[in-house]
Amino acid sequence: MAGRGELIAVIGDEDTVTGFLLGGIGELNKNRHPNFLVVEKDTTINEIEDTFRQFLHRDDIGIILINQYIAEMVRHALDAHQHSIPAVLEIPSKEHPYDAAKDSILRRARGMFTAEDLR
Amino acid sequence: MITPLHSSLGDRARPCLKKKKESGWAWWFTLVIPVLGRLRAQTIMKARLKGAQTGRNLLKKKSDALTLRFRQILKKIIETKMLMGKVMREAAFSLAEAKFTAGDFSTTVIQNVNKAQVKIRAKKDNVAGVTLPVFEHYHEGTDSYELTGLARGGEQLAKLKRNYAKAVELLVELASLQTSFVTLDEAIKITNRRVNAIEHVIIPRIERTLAYIITELDEREREEFYRLKKIQEKKKILKEKSEKDLEHRRAAGELLEPANLLAEEKDEDLLFE
Repeated sequence: MAGRGELIAVIGDEDTVTGFLLGGIGELNKNRHPNFLVVEKDTTINEIEDTFRQFLHRDDIGIILINQYIAEMVRHALDAHQHSIPAVLEIPSKEHPYDAAKDSILRRARGMFTAEDLR
Repeated sequence: MITPLHSSLGDRARPCLKKKKESGWAWWFTLVIPVLGRLRAQTIMKARLKGAQTGRNLLKKKSDALTLRFRQILKKIIETKMLMGKVMREAAFSLAEAKFTAGDFSTTVIQNVNKAQVKIRAKKDNVAGVTLPVFEHYHEGTDSYELTGLARGGEQLAKLKRNYAKAVELLVELASLQTSFVTLDEAIKITNRRVNAIEHVIIPRIERTLAYIITELDEREREEFYRLKKIQEKKKILKEKSEKDLEHRRAAGELLEPANLLAEEKDEDLLFE
């Protein structure tokens, strides 16, 4: 498994996606499918869920970055994903700062740390 | 003895179904062999108990090592997530600055996506026998956004790119921690399940069988003892009976005493005295 390059996918609002694309993670695969999705005000939840599921099934994506407020919308799809790869990371957006209480992963270990650790 | 309905020892535990031979020398053979069989079963059971206990201790140690690593990773995850919050804020800020000076370049950026420069590799790490996937990022190819911002705001854009590159590195590290976390969680659950299974199912079962075998051996011993005593009694009775019989016959004069060589005073065979 080592040696095979994998991509970082992004699902976020326009600013987040632009920033990360400038960071150099964007790619179109041979079917001209991008590894990112720009979520605007009129993007439906189904579209987001579909793209998320597609990213999960693609075997060349190792990490999926998703804005936390979008993750809230498709929380059920995130919670259903139990594998360790691809890793799903929740990142804050400009309007919504990071809230540790809503993070899928941290919720699994909720009993093991106290509020002091989060400060 | 009360015969058990179900026993892992089968017909050996039901003496009414065992065939007993009472004739001659073969008789004591059938005594010795079942007892030997029981003793062997006892040693086998003892060995199995020892094995199960050793296995349980090893698994407990593995579970402890995994839990320790798990907690370390969790702590690191929390720290890194807090740090990431800060880094993302900075990056978003520099994006706003760049937009201010360079105008809206989002559409051009999105249109010009071609090949990724930053990719990740998955490597394997090993903790107490559990393989954890670890991500490592690497660069390849050239920057496809070299020409963006040449018109205006080039410096802000360069700063922006640097900030986001830093954010990406941090996020890759965070992703590694997260995958380790999830994998360890599963592994710990499985190991704990095994420990509990051994502790609450297998070891009590072996201990019960061992106790049963020991009671069987004791029972056998008591049976033997009782049988020997009975035989002795019977022999005594038989002996007394035959002695009485002899007395009667002697008294009735039926018995001819054989000639006693030592008691005779005159020997008829001697011709000359």
